[in-house]
Amino acid sequence: MQYKNIPEEVGDKVYSWLEEFGRMVELFLSIIANVFKGKINLKLTFDQMVKIGIDSLPLCLTTAAFIGMVFAIQIAGEFVRFGAGRFVGGVMSIAMARELGPAITGIVVAARVSASITAELGTMCVTEQIDALRALGASTTRYLVIPRFIAAALMMPLLTILADVLGFLGGYLVATAFGGINAVQYLETAQRLVSTWDIYGGILKTVIFGAIIAVIACHRGLNTKGGAKGVGEATTSSVVTTLICLFIVNYFLSVLFFK
Amino acid sequence: MIKLRALTKYFGKKIVLDKVDLVIPDGESLAVIGPSGCGKSTLLRILIRLIDPTSGSINIDGEEVTLLSEDGLMRIRQKVGMIFQTAALFDSLSVYENVAFGLRERGNMLEKEIAQTVKDKLALVELSGTEALYPAELSGGMQKRVSIARALAFNPKIILYDEPTTGLDPITSVTIENLMLKLQQELNVTSVIVTHVMQTVNRVAKKIVMLHQGKLIETGSPEETKKTSSKIVKDFITGGL
Repeated sequence: MQYKNIPEEVGDKVYSWLEEFGRMVELFLSIIANVFKGKINLKLTFDQMVKIGIDSLPLCLTTAAFIGMVFAIQIAGEFVRFGAGRFVGGVMSIAMARELGPAITGIVVAARVSASITAELGTMCVTEQIDALRALGASTTRYLVIPRFIAAALMMPLLTILADVLGFLGGYLVATAFGGINAVQYLETAQRLVSTWDIYGGILKTVIFGAIIAVIACHRGLNTKGGAKGVGEATTSSVVTTLICLFIVNYFLSVLFFK
Repeated sequence: MIKLRALTKYFGKKIVLDKVDLVIPDGESLAVIGPSGCGKSTLLRILIRLIDPTSGSINIDGEEVTLLSEDGLMRIRQKVGMIFQTAALFDSLSVYENVAFGLRERGNMLEKEIAQTVKDKLALVELSGTEALYPAELSGGMQKRVSIARALAFNPKIILYDEPTTGLDPITSVTIENLMLKLQQELNVTSVIVTHVMQTVNRVAKKIVMLHQGKLIETGSPEETKKTSSKIVKDFITGGL
């Protein structure tokens, strides 16, 4: 008896996911249409750039530096054992530019910023502030979503560039100080092996990550229901959905850009 | 004038408004009463399409609201002021910025004109000098009054009140009711008041309708309502005593 409604429940779940996805696409298209019409509030966008970009710097850079250091110490030992120690700098730079820099930035910003955006908009939603905003003739997309979207899409590449640099330098310090790697060789192979496209491709990925984070976080926040409990659930769901989407999209972009 | 015709709203399979027909003439002061959760607030939100109806027609001053685009809706919403049950002030903005919000969004006024409007509206609700305060620094009654000042910034022809006195102490409730009466007398606005507080209804409304099981039961003026033969209405206004 208890299995009777399983097909129906699965169908309902799939339908609700598709509906949710459709609404996010609709929000994205509405953002693009408004941006092309020039309906951008520069002051709010600048405020969000500070919140999303500058305020994420400490966490993002610390994470990048230590991931770079851990990665370097792990690969340096193995590479030296197989007589390939001179390639550590090259491998580090490729890994940071293509994957680690963008992924670290994406994960840090997804966790920190999507939670913050969803909690803020969700609280506004359950305290009727979103309704009040619309009742006053303002557009939630223009006033709340677009500044966050533009700020995330613009600040992610900048954070990634800094994360790449810090990760690479962290790896350099550890590899040369404790990994037995020659400093000149580290820098020389890094310069020789990494291509301009590795750097640009990695940065381009994070523009897309920024857009995904903003759209999912804003959508979840603006559709929050059910008081404090609802805000908590929306925030958790926003972070989880954003991270899953980032990992999936990252795979396909990496295949597309670097294969 | 507001005209609703066969207005229907479903939430999932639950019907909240069932083919509601209602005409609210200019300058009317209409109270919509009914028990908690009967859809009164939904009705108010549907009027300016904060929620979309499932079917039916909403006509405000000759414009069919159900057919309007987002830009058209913004125009209609600037004709209508709405006071929310929780006041719904923007907690990250000061009192001044809250009242100025809609004017700034409209973008066709100089900051000097906005400042004068904010000053005038705050004076109207007797809150001059609170411009720099934040919502968290205000009492519940003061928040409601700032909310009214914010809704009045556009000089709306229609004001929608969602439970304006619910949760306030008796003295603050009377202050808010006096303010509502003052707005009706001085500005001749159309008021739609959703409430279950009968004191507010008796003091402010000229006409009462009751929402019951998704349908509006028209009952007339407060005096006529007291003499109603409908058991449902009688039980509601007397609290079943």
